[in-house]
Amino acid sequence: MPTRRQFAALAGAALLAGCGYMRTESDGRTITYWASNQGSSLEFDKQTLQPELAKFEQRTGIRVRLEVVPWSDLLNRLLAAATSGKGPDVVNIGNTWSASLQATNALVSFDDAAMTKVGGRDRFVPAALAATGAPGKPPTALPLYSLSYALYYNKQMFADAGVARPPATWEDLVVVGKRLTRDKQWGLAIEGANPSENAHHAFTFSQQYGGEWFDDSGKPTFDTSANVKAIKRYIDLMAVDKIVNPSNAEYAKNESQSDFANRKAAMLLWQAAGSAFRAQGMSPEEYGVAPVPFLAQPPAGSRKVNSMVAGINIAVFRRSQNLDGAMQFVKFMTSDEEQVILNGTYGSLPSVKAAAADPAFQAPEQKVLSEVLNATAAPLPQVPAESQFETLVGSTMKELFAAAANDKPVTEDSVRSRLRAAEQRMRG
Amino acid sequence: MTTYTSSRSRRPPAHASWDVRPHAAPRKRRRRRLRRQLPYILLAPAVLLEIAIHVVPMLVGVWMSLLELTQFHIQDWSTAPFVGLANYTATLNLSTEAGRALFHSFWLTVLYTTLSVGISWLFGMSAAVFLQRPFRGRALLRTLFLTPYALPVYAAVITWGFLFQRDTGLVNHVLVDQLGLAGGAGGDRPFWLIGENSFLALLTVSVWRTWPFAFLCIMAGLQNVPTDMYEAAAIDGAGFWWRLRSVTLPSLRPINQVLLLVLFLWTFNDFNTPYVLFGRSAPPEADLISIHIYDSSFSTWDFGTGSAMSVALLLFLLLVTAVYLIVTNRRRHHA
Repeated sequence: MPTRRQFAALAGAALLAGCGYMRTESDGRTITYWASNQGSSLEFDKQTLQPELAKFEQRTGIRVRLEVVPWSDLLNRLLAAATSGKGPDVVNIGNTWSASLQATNALVSFDDAAMTKVGGRDRFVPAALAATGAPGKPPTALPLYSLSYALYYNKQMFADAGVARPPATWEDLVVVGKRLTRDKQWGLAIEGANPSENAHHAFTFSQQYGGEWFDDSGKPTFDTSANVKAIKRYIDLMAVDKIVNPSNAEYAKNESQSDFANRKAAMLLWQAAGSAFRAQGMSPEEYGVAPVPFLAQPPAGSRKVNSMVAGINIAVFRRSQNLDGAMQFVKFMTSDEEQVILNGTYGSLPSVKAAAADPAFQAPEQKVLSEVLNATAAPLPQVPAESQFETLVGSTMKELFAAAANDKPVTEDSVRSRLRAAEQRMRG
Repeated sequence: MTTYTSSRSRRPPAHASWDVRPHAAPRKRRRRRLRRQLPYILLAPAVLLEIAIHVVPMLVGVWMSLLELTQFHIQDWSTAPFVGLANYTATLNLSTEAGRALFHSFWLTVLYTTLSVGISWLFGMSAAVFLQRPFRGRALLRTLFLTPYALPVYAAVITWGFLFQRDTGLVNHVLVDQLGLAGGAGGDRPFWLIGENSFLALLTVSVWRTWPFAFLCIMAGLQNVPTDMYEAAAIDGAGFWWRLRSVTLPSLRPINQVLLLVLFLWTFNDFNTPYVLFGRSAPPEADLISIHIYDSSFSTWDFGTGSAMSVALLLFLLLVTAVYLIVTNRRRHHA
């Protein structure tokens, strides 16, 4: 039949959910949990989580059915579950989706009563709690794993090039990057074809240039001159400064991580990349971790922000047949004990204060990430249209990188007109 | 089309049905009724499934296209405001950015489909004709040619994705490093997965995947061409091209008619190839309509607009199909 596939995709969110994911029995003894992929593989995550779930069952008698969902599928699966009302009881969400998912009204809001059940607001790291939904509304999810961006650099390459310390400003980074770019080695690796990764950098750079992607009423403000300068600064690392391999314009599957781990690039901007480096055979002694640079001369209105508040939140579906069990499970996952165990394994930061003090998080990498998270990280705009921003602006940047890689000029005008086009594709 | 039972021819003469035995009449009538209903009974499961799997989702799609079905309403569709044709006027409006992007994607898909179907048909036709006469190794070649059709789409396209990588892909290794065809002395290797070449990469994968099917169908069709026609043509002194034009192609017309239509519809709606090759955001040079609609609905959480685009596409494809069938059938009747 003609448009079977489109219709299967469009009308079929509900049907898919209806056929594929049957509702759990509402006997009060079972819940279904969709975990996001945090470790090096889905299997690794299953092995990490299974003993903890067994512990939970032992204590409460509630059995948790676990499914680890890859990031590429998670949002679509959540949308299908929200549409059909059938699906898991507890889910992990990317914290940047909080406000978008909050708008669907599919998730339980953590009002004062719900917060009390999990030990109260004050237990949580404030920065992480800022990325759990629209400001002024009760959180739609609770922070589970916290992350921030940092600058990873190869110590040996820095020593070989005679660079004593990691750059603290973008201007410095360019100078250092040029010294490090030689032969088959590049100064910096970038994930240029990954819209989400691009959008995260768009946010940070825009903050440093004094820009905003949305105004107070949640309307997009993509093509302001601060945003144009911010995007151009990031693209210019490849287009003008030439410290990034043009091939990075087609990277979307963590190839930039591999380039850094395999000594093809000397620097990388990433969130808690240590465990991934280890999986690729790079030991922690080989690289240093520093905060992401700032502008040497910040323009008026610039904010001292060098990372988004990155992380994963845990949420409960409103239509769960076992709300009580689901809340108990959230309480368990955000308990001090589990926070230390799970974040310790994944290399991320605990989202509750008591666990953050644990010695497990005093390694150099975690210390830097934690300092950034607590002092100079800001949440991405907590507006319902945030996921559209990530897709549209992130894809626009992918096109700009493609242009730069093919030696086409990237000017302020070309950036502005593309951002304007992206803004016009947002639905008012 | 002829119907399954031509009941009139099987009905006994009128006087015969009035048998002398009085109890025979109801039984016969019952049997006759059963015979008349049997085709419908046998078809019923298929029709019901067809309605459930195809027709209902389509109607739901049409209904969705009349709603402002954004993230605020997906949990309870009844709260979505009815906006009539507003989704259509917004997406099909060339003066807006969204409209221009849709039309760009539409024309790109038309071009892509035309080229892919054309080239696939040409490859399939050539291979089938050259493999028509038996020779040593023919079976092996036939099997080899059908491999792309037998491979799972995802695995095959992911492999193509690796082949097309700029630094480490085999395509550039052969073209640049070994043949020295593309790229200058500065080591400028071409990109295949982003920029202008992405269309070419997509087309290559599509033809690679599609042509074995054309080959298979045409090969089957060629089995039915009587060899005496070729012999007669040979006696008349017809050469290769002459035989191709006056025997092979006319004999294959019914096959080609269906084959081209099916290939057109499949290629126009192809989602897997671009999605697996390019991931979440296809480069604008390879932004096919199916990907565009997916992006417009899932990435922006605006299912009303996406449905409107889908319905418009459905109408377009129905129109093309209808015109195609009318034109080709008329030609056949005239012939």
